[in-house]
Amino acid sequence: MKTIFEESVPGREGCWPCEGMSEEAYIPKEMLRDGEIGLPSAGELDVVRHFTRLSKRNYGVDGNFYPLGSCTMKYNPKFTEVAAAMPGFTRLHPVLPQLQGAGGLCQGALEVMYETERLLCEITGMHAFTLHPMAGAHGELTGVMLIAAYHKDKGNKKTKIIVPDSAHGTNPASASIAGFDVVSVPSNNGIVDPAALVEVLDDEVAGMMMTCPNTLGLFESNLPEIVRLLHEKDALLYYDGANMNAIMGKMRVGDVGFDVVHLNLHKTLATPHGGGGPGSGPVGVSEKLLPYLPVSRVEKQEDGRFRLNYNHPKSIGYVAPFYGNFGVVLKAYAYILRLGRTGLIRATENAVLSANYIRKRLAGHFEVPFDRICMHEFVATAAPQAEKGVHALDIAKALLDKGYHAPTIYFPLIVPEAIMIEPTETENKATLDEFIDALIEIAERVDTDPASIQAAPVTLPVTRLDETRAARAMELTDDL
Amino acid sequence: MIPEDLKYAKSHEWCKVDGDVATVGITHFAQEQLGDLTFVELPEVGDTFEAGAEMGSVESVKAASEIYSPVAGEVVEVNEALADAPEKVNEDPYGAGWMIKFKLAAEPAGLLDAEAYAAVVESEGH
Repeated sequence: MKTIFEESVPGREGCWPCEGMSEEAYIPKEMLRDGEIGLPSAGELDVVRHFTRLSKRNYGVDGNFYPLGSCTMKYNPKFTEVAAAMPGFTRLHPVLPQLQGAGGLCQGALEVMYETERLLCEITGMHAFTLHPMAGAHGELTGVMLIAAYHKDKGNKKTKIIVPDSAHGTNPASASIAGFDVVSVPSNNGIVDPAALVEVLDDEVAGMMMTCPNTLGLFESNLPEIVRLLHEKDALLYYDGANMNAIMGKMRVGDVGFDVVHLNLHKTLATPHGGGGPGSGPVGVSEKLLPYLPVSRVEKQEDGRFRLNYNHPKSIGYVAPFYGNFGVVLKAYAYILRLGRTGLIRATENAVLSANYIRKRLAGHFEVPFDRICMHEFVATAAPQAEKGVHALDIAKALLDKGYHAPTIYFPLIVPEAIMIEPTETENKATLDEFIDALIEIAERVDTDPASIQAAPVTLPVTRLDETRAARAMELTDDL
Repeated sequence: MIPEDLKYAKSHEWCKVDGDVATVGITHFAQEQLGDLTFVELPEVGDTFEAGAEMGSVESVKAASEIYSPVAGEVVEVNEALADAPEKVNEDPYGAGWMIKFKLAAEPAGLLDAEAYAAVVESEGH
């Protein structure tokens, strides 16, 4: 397929808004550009067909299954878009709640924020929530800043944050950006080992960031013990809730004793993401961190009306303009209300069931290093296949030829030749079976015809890309 | 691919001591695990490190990874060629792919010989 630049023919152009007028007649002369601007010349229909053809080559979750899971792409029901598109919300100006006398014009939006915070508290067992952080990693940074504010207020001298080696990669980054030294604790049999934790735990530890289920898709079964050990040192527990869709409705992190949790609304509560779209990473806290939450805080007055309160002297201040990504929060609110308690629990159960179904059916074809009941995802290894010359990368590429998006590979780092599979709660059994059959067929071909896997993909518009050269010699081709 | 005349850190760096200067890089096993390197971030001349401190990072098509100083000392030279040609680490990890020369602040301690390092590589599942 040619690029639009290659399709360009000098003189071709589309419908012009000011047909017959010279450019000077409607654009001030000093604003006109001198010389060529390097854009292609094409008729309207040429442009329509070009971009329609291009869009047909796109791969999306509306058309096909993604084993990448909530981390990157899962299906989000369309009704949430309807809620977020309601003019009563889209036409609000974000300054309204702060204008004298204008609070009455945005009571609905304030109520949505208040109620969403309340619902997230109910789901997680936390004392209070802020909706301001714009994405997961932003929530992490906010959470670590809250931990820092707590220790500073108490006069504690704390310099370290503990992060397990099976945590999300953003955890150590967030702790480091917030000014802490990061201490790693190795996992044992796939989960954090309290004995190893004791080795690194001292009075300078400000807190620990746990990802649960961790990046291996395993439930951290020593949580109560870990919470107790940390709290003995007046260190706080941070729960990375990015994988909340595996425990929602089954365990409340506040009940376990966690002090901070962030949720990725765009992963757990069906709001779109991927491709850099807006995320949302609300942060929930235990009662002792309440004074430090970012401003503003939405409050319900005695007369039932809602207002924003900026008067929180111990607050860490602003972490985002206005109130976070309100449209995303609105979608999550709609999703929670539509599914209700029963629906949210079923979503969790289906996410975990789907992952375990794939894991069990792949037994004998792919090795799973920590082979026990997993949560919403599991990590297989292509190490046995790699000894025959077929790597995780080749298997992922072969899946493309089968019509699937590739799963996450080479992550987490603690599993060599990792292939991470997360089907999410939305796929039916037939879809899962087709995907499993495709993987099994590829696994069998490792012995019979490895070259065909090493050469994949062969059915796509572009075949095997030279990833090394792409990263080493980056080059923009069009010089506009 | 574990030369006998070098010393090794468990975190997969090698070190060659010559008088009070130590040359440091990452091992063949490390570069093999990382795959094709695309970027090497090294410290600057004059920086000082404790043994075991993070001194830089490497990025490959698969992952980004920290590199740790196997010795305590001051950086006296860095391999500038790696900025434009990180592939040297893949092609020749113990030669042209060297990373840093340290002026030692203390006698290197706690490093492994080739045999002990081979056992570490073995224990990581290979």
